[in-house]
Amino acid sequence: MDISNTAHSEGSSAFAKSGEQESKAAAELELRNVSKRYPGQREPAIAELSFTVPAGEVCVLVGPSGSGKTTAMRLINRMISISGGDILLGGHSVLHRDARELRREIGYVIQQIGLFPHQTVGENIATVPQLLGWPKPRIAARVDELLGLIGLDAEEMRDRYPAQLSGGQRQRVGVARALAADPPLMLMDEPFGAIDPINRTRLQDEFLALQQKVRKTVVFVTHDIDEAIKMGDRIAILREGGHLAQYDTPREILIHPADEFVAQFVGADRGIKRLSLTTLGELKLAEPNGLQPGSLRAPPQTSVRDALSMILTANGEPLAVVDGEERVQGLLTLSLIEQLLADEASANGANGNGSPSRLLVDGDGEAAG
Amino acid sequence: MALAGTPVLAAAGPVIPNFGAHSSKCVVENRFFCGDWVSRNWDSVLWPALRQHLVLTLIAVGIGFVISMALALTAHRFGWLERPTILVTTILYTIPSLALFELLVAPVGANIYAAEIALVSYTLLILFRNILTGLREVPSEVLDAAEGMGMSRRQALLRVELPLALPAIVAGLRIAVVTIIALATIVYTIYDKGLGVPIHTALGEGPFKTELIAAGGLTILLALAADGLLVLVQRALTPWTRARGS
Repeated sequence: MDISNTAHSEGSSAFAKSGEQESKAAAELELRNVSKRYPGQREPAIAELSFTVPAGEVCVLVGPSGSGKTTAMRLINRMISISGGDILLGGHSVLHRDARELRREIGYVIQQIGLFPHQTVGENIATVPQLLGWPKPRIAARVDELLGLIGLDAEEMRDRYPAQLSGGQRQRVGVARALAADPPLMLMDEPFGAIDPINRTRLQDEFLALQQKVRKTVVFVTHDIDEAIKMGDRIAILREGGHLAQYDTPREILIHPADEFVAQFVGADRGIKRLSLTTLGELKLAEPNGLQPGSLRAPPQTSVRDALSMILTANGEPLAVVDGEERVQGLLTLSLIEQLLADEASANGANGNGSPSRLLVDGDGEAAG
Repeated sequence: MALAGTPVLAAAGPVIPNFGAHSSKCVVENRFFCGDWVSRNWDSVLWPALRQHLVLTLIAVGIGFVISMALALTAHRFGWLERPTILVTTILYTIPSLALFELLVAPVGANIYAAEIALVSYTLLILFRNILTGLREVPSEVLDAAEGMGMSRRQALLRVELPLALPAIVAGLRIAVVTIIALATIVYTIYDKGLGVPIHTALGEGPFKTELIAAGGLTILLALAADGLLVLVQRALTPWTRARGS
């Protein structure tokens, strides 16, 4: 571990000290009245966009096509030049930086991945460290470390070409390449958009697990509200013309959509979607005594949404929450779910980070340090 | 074809040129192909001609490649340059070669410069088109990734675009080299070098076929060898193109 206390540790979030990763601190990202106007177009592509992503959080930009979400993302690493406003990374404006230098500090993942077909997996991952002029042994060690981090065997995969990988492996290598120089910010433009649904779910889960370890500030673009709810600590919903419709936690957006547009965009099933934010382990479950557990059982990490679906499939039979050793922790009943929904709806959304229900064991939304 | 024949032939002298003092039985009986004639004239006739032919080709393709690369890189950056360049190089490409050689004699003289200018002009269309196509076929997402990771234009060109354009570039070089090896056989009309010289001499030799077969055969072998060499170079430089599946 590096003990030397340099400027890097300054302003770091609580996340930076967690874990054995030698990660640089993630940086806070702030957009201030950002606008983008293309010459010859009356309407701006982005209008007065302002929001702040706390260090180490995933912010999902979501919206219908034409809402400017990709444009907004590409303004951040100056792939598109800004027309007005300011963007601050770690408190410093990105506008006065050398664009290439800035981009080397920001991880970049796109939907089509864009791995270099003529370079091996190892060479691809080494791209930014090479541009930064790292010594060779350091690059080689970093490549192997990252391959391990994304769950690929370094010996086996290092010298393969992208054409020899599966779609999922390519996507993972793309993420590893973006993480190579340990950037404080990652930009991800529909990174799982081209992957089939089964593998997409797996890659999403893997990325969330990875994010638990590396704790980067992430700007994640998608058009899929379900993906936004799953991946985001915060969601920025954009509407046509790059207007910010709502910026909040997934829970708040689902419980208190700001307007008709947001309500429509998150879907009529937002009540059910909301249940996917809570897992059984987070609930105060009914005592199993008195009620006989039936055949219906699920582990604590199951979402309430999936549990409800199981209960409904079993015609309302209560569901037993069991731990790893098949011991019953408690029971989930339909009335308990009803109570949870009523509780959340009545809670005032003004108190920031979601609105912890009385039914929850712990305040959720808090990142365990 | 009035050109072919007159001046060089007049100087040829004996009925069977390169005949020397020791005519073998084979030559005397004028068989189809006389190996001993070839070995006796290898050092004095065939090898120098082959070497000159190779030099003519290398210079032409080398200069043509440099010019085409410069034009293609410029047109890759400034798209509007593509059409005028294609137009000019196509016109050059369609000028009949014999006419072009003769046309150049007046301003340049009957020397290696005229020969090379003509040969180079035939490489431009092929090489320019292939290099530019190769550069343009680099997938846009690959370039987007290169830019997004902080490569400069120059770095993207050297590290990404040119390596990925290599198969198209080498394909162009193969066509250019084979074309120029064939075309260089008529350089003799203005400049007395290359395998065209013994071929032309042989054409004037009437029934004796050995020299024609030997010089013509060497031209074909040279073309095949050069082409094969370029295939090997490409295989060595682009290992990723064979890495599929598995």
